[in-house]
Amino acid sequence: MPANGPALVDLRQVSLTYRVGKEETLALADATLSIAKGEFIAVVGPSGCGKSTLMKLVTGLLPPSSGEVHVRGEKVVRPIKGVGMAFQNPTLMPWRTTRDNILLPLEIVAPHKQQFRRKRAEYAARAERLLASVGLGGFGDKYPWQLSGGMQQRSNLCRALIHEPEIMMLDEPFGALDAFTREELWGIMQLLWLERRFTAVLVTHDLREAVYLADTVYVMSRRPGRVVMTKRIDIPRPRTLETTFEPHFVDIVHALRERIHQEHA
Amino acid sequence: MTAGTERALRVAMPWLAMAVFLVVWELACVAFDIAEIILPRPSRIFAVTLQRWDILLAFCGETLWTTVLGFLLAIAGGLVMGLAIGASPFIYSGLYPLLIAFNAIPKVAIVPILMIWVGVGATPAVVTAFAISFFPIVVNVATGLATIEPEMRDVLRSLGATRTEILTKVGIPRAMPYLFASLKVAITLAFIGSVISETVGGNRGIGFLMLSASARNDAATTFAGLFAIAVMGVLMYAVCALVEKRMTRWAFRGELVT
Repeated sequence: MPANGPALVDLRQVSLTYRVGKEETLALADATLSIAKGEFIAVVGPSGCGKSTLMKLVTGLLPPSSGEVHVRGEKVVRPIKGVGMAFQNPTLMPWRTTRDNILLPLEIVAPHKQQFRRKRAEYAARAERLLASVGLGGFGDKYPWQLSGGMQQRSNLCRALIHEPEIMMLDEPFGALDAFTREELWGIMQLLWLERRFTAVLVTHDLREAVYLADTVYVMSRRPGRVVMTKRIDIPRPRTLETTFEPHFVDIVHALRERIHQEHA
Repeated sequence: MTAGTERALRVAMPWLAMAVFLVVWELACVAFDIAEIILPRPSRIFAVTLQRWDILLAFCGETLWTTVLGFLLAIAGGLVMGLAIGASPFIYSGLYPLLIAFNAIPKVAIVPILMIWVGVGATPAVVTAFAISFFPIVVNVATGLATIEPEMRDVLRSLGATRTEILTKVGIPRAMPYLFASLKVAITLAFIGSVISETVGGNRGIGFLMLSASARNDAATTFAGLFAIAVMGVLMYAVCALVEKRMTRWAFRGELVT
């Protein structure tokens, strides 16, 4: 089990307070959790509970107000490099073709950056393979705005993966999609993860999505967000849509739902 | 009406509207017996235009090159300043209020000062055209940069992109449609700038031509100058619109997917 490996990401008593003018909002309180290398975790909770904040803290985009974040054993003080990120909004650049969008990380992350001109053809082929693996083979020359929402989100995942990051941050990447596309992308996401075994943090509202994809699900409380429940998902992989109708799966989703309902009460 | 005739009609509409306008003008002058010194008839203006074609062309050329030179300088300066303001909050807070103050100064007021500094001639016209068209370019470029989606920025930062990389990969391409949109406004303003300068203190250009013609009570020539400026303005606007479409095809995405 990947979860038994050494911790890659370690959050120790991390809190974050947003300050707007004189008003202070405690977004996240005393979060302590550790993510093993190659583990897929999901963070669920009521809206506004600081899920996205947690993600920004792990990647160093925000400095914690108190506590410490460690990645690969080192304290995070600035944005850590080479993380793959995918948001609900695909944020593809409309002036680049889909292929050039996917190649973007290779223009920025070392050592690809230095070799980019020389190895352009090789990288383009890599992008094309990745596109094919998410069912977008041959769409590289299209502009993002010529693609449907689901196709844009697939391209977005490709962009997050092209540089083979060790850590993937997924902030509700399937949130804006219709139910069928979403479930299809769960399958693709799982497949990519089984192939590459990156460490993933998925923030989501969708409990079924969390249980389907994650090794461990963290439930957060209402603001200020605290981790109130940690649920290990012992369902064997690969999980399929059939799995989601099995009693064990349904029981887990149920238990998570119960816990979140307590937060809303 | 078929699609073909509808499209033809849409192309013809501005010309038809102009023709109707000129005919009404002509008829009104005849019907109300308006003196030429107050409002010359369009046919008379047209005749004068042909008659003085050489002079008009030479003076138009003068105005055109001062305008275009000032405009090009404004693009260069506006781009640099806009990028600086949009990229750095410090430069923004330092320079933006000054820019607004500078923009609030009527440009007519700076022409006499310019004449003291550089004398009469083409230079004040170039500088005035620059000064008046600079502001919209700066504001638009800065806006383009400042409105980068925060998520986009996060994606790049978490990849380890430097500020310069964020600027070149996202900022500049994203500011381009804003820049080109501002050029259409800026070129018209540049014309206003150089004509103002020629009118206030010039010895050349269409503005000077109009001023001296009106001093001779030659209303027809004054109007001919007015028409010439309008024609140049429309032409340069069209050039800018064409460049805009060429350079930022992606921003017109709706029109491309056909």
